Amino acid sequence: MATSTTTSTTTPTSRLGSLWQWFDSRMPTLAEQWRIHAAGYYAPKNFNFWYYFGSLALLVLVIQIVSGIFLTMSYKPDANLAFGSVEYIMRDVTGGWIIRYIHSTGASAFFIVVYLHMFRGIMYGSHKAPRELVWIFGVLIYLTLMGEAFFGYLLPWGQMSYWGAQVIVNLFGTVPFIGPDLALWIRGDYVISDATLNRFFAFHVIALPLVLLGLIVAHLLALHDVGSSNPDGVEIKKVKGPDGHPVDGIPFHPYYTVKDLMGAVVFLAIFAIVMFFAPEMGGYFLEYNNFIPADPLQTPAHIAPVWYFTPYYSILRAVPPLFNSQFPGVLAMGVAVMILFFLPWLDRSPVRSIRYRGPYFKGALAIFVVTFLLLGYLGVEPTTVWGQFKFDAFFLDTKEIATWVARLCTVIYFLFFFLMPWYTRIDKVKPVPERVTA
Amino acid sequence: MNDPKEVSNTRRNLIVATSVVGGAAAAGAAVPFVTSMWPSERAKAAGAPIETELAALQPGELRVLEWRGKPVWVLRRTKEMLDSLKTISGQLQDPESNASIQPEYAKNEYRSAKPEIMVMEGVCTHLGCSPQLKGADAKAEMGADWPGGFYCPCHGSKFDYAGRVFKGAPAPTNLVVPPYSFTSEVALLIGEDEKKGA
Repeated sequence: MATSTTTSTTTPTSRLGSLWQWFDSRMPTLAEQWRIHAAGYYAPKNFNFWYYFGSLALLVLVIQIVSGIFLTMSYKPDANLAFGSVEYIMRDVTGGWIIRYIHSTGASAFFIVVYLHMFRGIMYGSHKAPRELVWIFGVLIYLTLMGEAFFGYLLPWGQMSYWGAQVIVNLFGTVPFIGPDLALWIRGDYVISDATLNRFFAFHVIALPLVLLGLIVAHLLALHDVGSSNPDGVEIKKVKGPDGHPVDGIPFHPYYTVKDLMGAVVFLAIFAIVMFFAPEMGGYFLEYNNFIPADPLQTPAHIAPVWYFTPYYSILRAVPPLFNSQFPGVLAMGVAVMILFFLPWLDRSPVRSIRYRGPYFKGALAIFVVTFLLLGYLGVEPTTVWGQFKFDAFFLDTKEIATWVARLCTVIYFLFFFLMPWYTRIDKVKPVPERVTA
Repeated sequence: MNDPKEVSNTRRNLIVATSVVGGAAAAGAAVPFVTSMWPSERAKAAGAPIETELAALQPGELRVLEWRGKPVWVLRRTKEMLDSLKTISGQLQDPESNASIQPEYAKNEYRSAKPEIMVMEGVCTHLGCSPQLKGADAKAEMGADWPGGFYCPCHGSKFDYAGRVFKGAPAPTNLVVPPYSFTSEVALLIGEDEKKGA
């Protein structure tokens, strides 16, 4: 009793101190939350490079919200005005080009950071019990982020905006029975039009950001309830010192706030280099065709989604139509994302971290990463990129080499998940130490 | 009041009843929001047929028109184009157009009412991109056995000069033929035919 109330019973020595005491006695929640989530939140002391990306994702979110608010001040969500208003922001609004490049670079940075964050999770087994909910909220955040990116991409009303939205909305149109009506309902018109642009604007600037914030709060609350994992995948709560705190834990504040601040400085330096010197990133962050106003009568010669969607786009493109329907391809793409939800249960390994896993998991993860990157590469290229097979065979419905490689990669992508219960169980794991190692 | 630990049936039933009524009210309140996302009356009204004049359309020339916000192609096919349709039915997914959408008068080998005039929605049946005309001379790009036709840049679907889809493409059916009619020898009305109208 006496120890926990010492701070509030000491006589304030300064005006600021007495002001704080006035505040704290009326709203003790604030100090309590600070203790729970920062100064008294014990995180493993062995976080390495891979643990920067959680806080960086939060930083990018703030960057996107702030730059987005200021873009909204000059942007016009109107099919006749949208393209021009973006050019107006780029040319006439003071500092407008910086704000827009911050926002467009931020979109790609968000996905880079989130992909690395997810890879960290899979690599060190952060998805495994008792952190399944942390992982599930994370996948929900990823899905919401994809929606946010998709809705936002229509807003400049360029050619890629228009035709990208056309393709994605028609994905919903392939759902058996309700598809055409569903696509109509999403568009609010028979084609992508002003009505579509207006509602996508509403989703992008208010609906999904609110959902995103809620999910991030849930992600962090779930994480702080069970505690962070670490590169060794051992539970630091098992070994506690006389003070009741984990021996291998250090308070998040100041130790990790300072460390993450250092990560943020490096990240922002790279971010600024991209933003000032390569905001288009050779057509990957801002696609060249999007500098042409939307034309409903003319699809650009080569269309591809922005890089962060291309692995799934490759899967969509790889699956041939079955039963006179293109829905199987859409389904494969959907399952490719949704299967992430089941990862905690597909993974039957007794150990978390890759440091103590056996060769099967290490090999599978390595192949998966290569496959994912290859699918991503194929998704930005036309299917003719690698030419055609020189021979013919009865099973070759298409002779394009790239299509067949994408099909092979699609199979491997799914095998990584579907075979996981098997290869993680029989894998030869190493003994896990009691305490963290470094 | 009985034992406080015992649940009062009356109270529980009242809570259930209130929740059900409240839930129904919430669902009802969602209706205007959900229905507001359907196409507006203004969007529904914009769908009248369009007319185009064919005298100036050269053989091999493709004209792109806008009908209901979609591209509609009018192509005056040359004899070579029409001949190419006869040799390739083995490479097609639906050569007889049985699974595809077209008016009855276009359900033939040319998929048109008049063989040389092709009228087609320029919207890929895969995911709605607009394919591009690739003549038989585009063999370097399309492969040595390319007979000429249309190519969708989005996902690589290929169609012949009658909008019939080749095997191995993600598009499941042939391109859609809209209803159309000839109001005179050289005037084409898209969106309306003699039988059923628009």
